[in-house]
Amino acid sequence: MLDATTHRFARLPDAPGVGYKPQHFSEIVDDAGPVAWLEIHAENYMGDGGRPIAQLRHLSERFAFSVHGVGLSIGGEGPLDSEHLARLRHLVDWLDPASFSEHLAWSTHDSAFLNDLLPLPYTEASLARVAEHVDEVQEVVGRRMLLENPSSYLTFEESTLTETEFLREVAKRTGCGLLLDVNNVFVSATNLGTDPISYIDAFPIELVGEIHLGGHDDDEDDHGAPLLIDNHGREVADPVWSLFEYMIGKSGPKPSLIEWDNDVPEWPVLKAEACRAAEILETANA
Amino acid sequence: MTVDQTTFREALLNPEAARPDGLSDGKGRPAGRRFDVYRNNVTVSLTEALEVGFPVIRKLVGQDNFKVLAAAYLRHHPPRSPLMMRFGADMPLFLAEFEPTKQTGYLPDVARLELAIRESYHAADADPISRSELEALPPEALIGSRVRLASSLRLVRSPWPIFSIWRFNVEEGAKSPEMAAEDVLVARPDLDPVPELLPSGGAEFINALLTGATFGDAMDEASEASRDFDLPAVLTLLVEMKTMIEIGG
Repeated sequence: MLDATTHRFARLPDAPGVGYKPQHFSEIVDDAGPVAWLEIHAENYMGDGGRPIAQLRHLSERFAFSVHGVGLSIGGEGPLDSEHLARLRHLVDWLDPASFSEHLAWSTHDSAFLNDLLPLPYTEASLARVAEHVDEVQEVVGRRMLLENPSSYLTFEESTLTETEFLREVAKRTGCGLLLDVNNVFVSATNLGTDPISYIDAFPIELVGEIHLGGHDDDEDDHGAPLLIDNHGREVADPVWSLFEYMIGKSGPKPSLIEWDNDVPEWPVLKAEACRAAEILETANA
Repeated sequence: MTVDQTTFREALLNPEAARPDGLSDGKGRPAGRRFDVYRNNVTVSLTEALEVGFPVIRKLVGQDNFKVLAAAYLRHHPPRSPLMMRFGADMPLFLAEFEPTKQTGYLPDVARLELAIRESYHAADADPISRSELEALPPEALIGSRVRLASSLRLVRSPWPIFSIWRFNVEEGAKSPEMAAEDVLVARPDLDPVPELLPSGGAEFINALLTGATFGDAMDEASEASRDFDLPAVLTLLVEMKTMIEIGG
């Protein structure tokens, strides 16, 4: 067990956080508003020094941090990249973040990194592999991780488990926690014609250590059916806010992140999104 | 029907390949163009990473051509690491061989300069020695000393005016390039890498120091390469750019 007293921020506060973008550095320092913690993509802070690391050192004095990996390929058929795991271990060691998370997805195959979160079938075989990978990550990084639900555009005919069954079982076998991306729930449910409320009802919310909120784009498939694209490029959509309220109503306040990675807005726009999340979190506190 | 990741990946990277069977829309129909969301994500995100890494190459060839170039690049040189900060290391080689760019001789060297700037940005921090510390050394002691240079230092030599081309494309009002060989020092005096044009002999001098020569030997090499080699000017540049970390035997 890690000793909480040695950690400046032992856990993420049950408050809004934002995905950190370097262009917001000064404004976050001057006027963070309700933003109590910051999340970084691990891979952007694996250089040896310079501005990215300097900013992180500075901000970590004031804010709790979440390290969110996008490149481990936990859902990959092949073994995890041990060099990459070592880099992750190094980052987590010096930054000592309050949380570390990764995705239920793959991105590397035969040593080519595809820079996207790619889907996997939910079968006993893939479950065993993912659980093994999560065990390995937790072993090397030396702490419990959170695993995030993906956004889906399609399903695998070979799947025999639902996504919530799959995630629940990975958590049971490995002791990992879960990161619930509410936008991903909405995107997947719309795309696959399922009910987002039922998804949240089936989700083991007692294992949720963090919530993600982000924007999506609208498209349609070959048959004119809605196809939502999880692009983190705009405000959180209204139905996603409603779903977030529903989730918070059930779980109580949780660390809740606004993700905005493309067409990154000015700080006041991002802060306004965090304020909206703060209002919802406060109603759950009342 | 199972879809393994080899099949998935092949279809992702080749837009002409058939989409894999065994993927559905969740309602019993084939996934169809839903698969293209992943194709598009991969191409767009990797192209953006190259745009961020090579802003001057992009300006030189034009946005539309750059997209074509990036698509070809990522098919032939897909990233081997999840670190996007390292993606594009084969760009100079690629530009020298890619049919539409291979006649434009300076492009590979401009790409090398952009890679050097990016590497410098992420390089380790170090405490540089100051001008007064350097001046405190008696000249005869300096002659026999070696220097450890900052890991953020890069040297890019070219038969093309790469510094002038670079500056013309990033600085408002910079004068247009004229044909000349140019050697560039990239260093990080603070948190941002700064490229500086080196005077004649400067590259030989710095290159010798980088390979472990004493100041005296490096000076000899530089003077041999250029009769105009100006030692004080190059030493001043190295100190002001905060590139010298440690001087010793």
